[in-house]
Amino acid sequence: MNLALRDIRHHRNRFVQTCIGLGLLLGVVMSMGGIYRGLFADATAVLNATTADLWVVQQDTAGPFAATSRIPEDVKYRIRAVPGVAQASALSFQNIQGERHGKPFRFFLVGYELGGLGGPPVIVAGRAIRQKHYEIVVDRALKVPIGERLRLADNDYTVVGHTARMVSSAGDPVAYVTLADAQKIQFQDDDNAVRNNRARLEEQISRLPYLAPSQASQLTPQVAGIVGSTHIANTVVARLSPGADLALVQERISRWNHFRPLSAQDQVRILTEGMIKQAKMQLGLFRTLLLIISGVIISLIIYTMTLDKLRVIATLKLIGTRNRVIVGLILQQSLLMGLIAYAVGYVLISLTYEKFPRRVELVPSDLAGLFVIVLAICVAASLVGIRKALRVEPAEALGG
Amino acid sequence: MYAVTIEKLTKIYGSGDTEVVALSDATFDVAPGELVAILGPSGSGKTTLLTTIGLVTEPTRGRVVLDGELIVENGWPAGLDLKRVRREKLGFIFQHHNLIPFLTTVENVMIALENNGVRPSEARERSVELLRSLGLGHRLDHYPALLSGGESQRTAIARALANRPRVILADEPTAALDTENGKNVMRLLKKLAVENDSAILVVTHDHRMVEGFDRIFEVNDGRIVNERRNGAGS
Repeated sequence: MNLALRDIRHHRNRFVQTCIGLGLLLGVVMSMGGIYRGLFADATAVLNATTADLWVVQQDTAGPFAATSRIPEDVKYRIRAVPGVAQASALSFQNIQGERHGKPFRFFLVGYELGGLGGPPVIVAGRAIRQKHYEIVVDRALKVPIGERLRLADNDYTVVGHTARMVSSAGDPVAYVTLADAQKIQFQDDDNAVRNNRARLEEQISRLPYLAPSQASQLTPQVAGIVGSTHIANTVVARLSPGADLALVQERISRWNHFRPLSAQDQVRILTEGMIKQAKMQLGLFRTLLLIISGVIISLIIYTMTLDKLRVIATLKLIGTRNRVIVGLILQQSLLMGLIAYAVGYVLISLTYEKFPRRVELVPSDLAGLFVIVLAICVAASLVGIRKALRVEPAEALGG
Repeated sequence: MYAVTIEKLTKIYGSGDTEVVALSDATFDVAPGELVAILGPSGSGKTTLLTTIGLVTEPTRGRVVLDGELIVENGWPAGLDLKRVRREKLGFIFQHHNLIPFLTTVENVMIALENNGVRPSEARERSVELLRSLGLGHRLDHYPALLSGGESQRTAIARALANRPRVILADEPTAALDTENGKNVMRLLKKLAVENDSAILVVTHDHRMVEGFDRIFEVNDGRIVNERRNGAGS
């Protein structure tokens, strides 16, 4: 006869309510794990979608995601010439924030070369960018319909396609334009600023005592062209030929001044150890606290349930019930509580995780690990109740 | 062979200035089928006598022989499996019935049988039969909270009898019942003692019930001060 199940059957409402409460707590623990995994997936989404082996950035920076990096776009030609490099493309990244329908509207803009690396990995609706200018592909999380025009830096961009699950390390949805458009949006001043800068330049050059006026007037457009150039990228990414030695290619590029060649693994390390380390620790601590709280709650519940049954346990001992039956009564109830609470938490999080504002990734190995931890907590939590039960004297069954 | 034999059974709590003699040199035999009362005021030592025979309280001195087996000699012998002896040789009936509240009537009886290694299906069959014989056939699947006082006590008696023990120890079994139900329980105990050839020792201070007993021991200050057969003093 299973005493644990019969006790639960008799007090099923109280037991079920307790399990639901505990299940909500475990659901939060699961969501914390999912949010951490989501953070990791978000942080590396653009990196992974680029499928590059090498990221060349400005020297002494950890760009382009963790720090600002600006390098000339034409470096890509030098990189393409390095033995072992199969393909190299310039990319630009920037955060854009504006308003749309009166609400804040924020996204991460990627500029890429058509046919090059770093474009949208998958188009789930509409089409990819075909024209060199004024077309944009946005992540569907932005909720901008295909055909809508977005105003970016004095120009309208038509949404031609949707990508999916592409977000920046900060969790903002990603949008893609051509590199030329991205450079204009990021680096080109508006017309008034261009005129002002040109006038200031003319003024400064005309004051140079060693230039004749005719020389100054010829020099000014040249200098303005250099200063106002938008042929800048945040990084140049490269894919290596099969069998090429990554370390060798990195070593060659390192010899050049002003550039730092980072491998994809370096970027993962920068993103995960640097950018999301604090968030990971925060979530880890929060999960640990919640698990401890769950353990304390289970322990208190089991202990209280044991206290409620002291006379029953004394009677069982008096009529010769073996200790293992009494231990089983408490341990099975604790484990069953953990099992049901886990199931409640799992169902809850499975039904809601897609509605979270940020990505929640439920990884089976994480869930299995949590399951084992919950069972271990249940066993540990039941020890206090078991200790109390085993100390009950049969004599306590006697008397009023 | 006696079902119960006790010799110079003594229980002393504390030592020195705080020493309390709860039971002193109690000696008697109880034959199978005999219904014996242990009478006395509160604090007289009658419950100590019962719990010492029931292997709940360890005696300081003396011997206890149950069904021919020497169980206690100057304390519990090392390695004595108290639970086994209680399961096999003893049945307990309590003042407040002590039914397991989350088990049905039939399950309350089954648990005693399953404790003794009886298979669940057989335990159920025997429990149903026993409860029917006690007039509880219509209450098999009811929880204790839904039973009357008399029904609860009859269920407790069924549980005590389930393993056909040679000795049944009852602690104030009629105290929580009205006179009529109390008398019914006493008649039932008498009948069962004869039918099952069990010795039944009942601790009580309820003088209304003494007429049903075969023998009565009166206890005061830890000593058996009087022993009489039904209707006769000694």
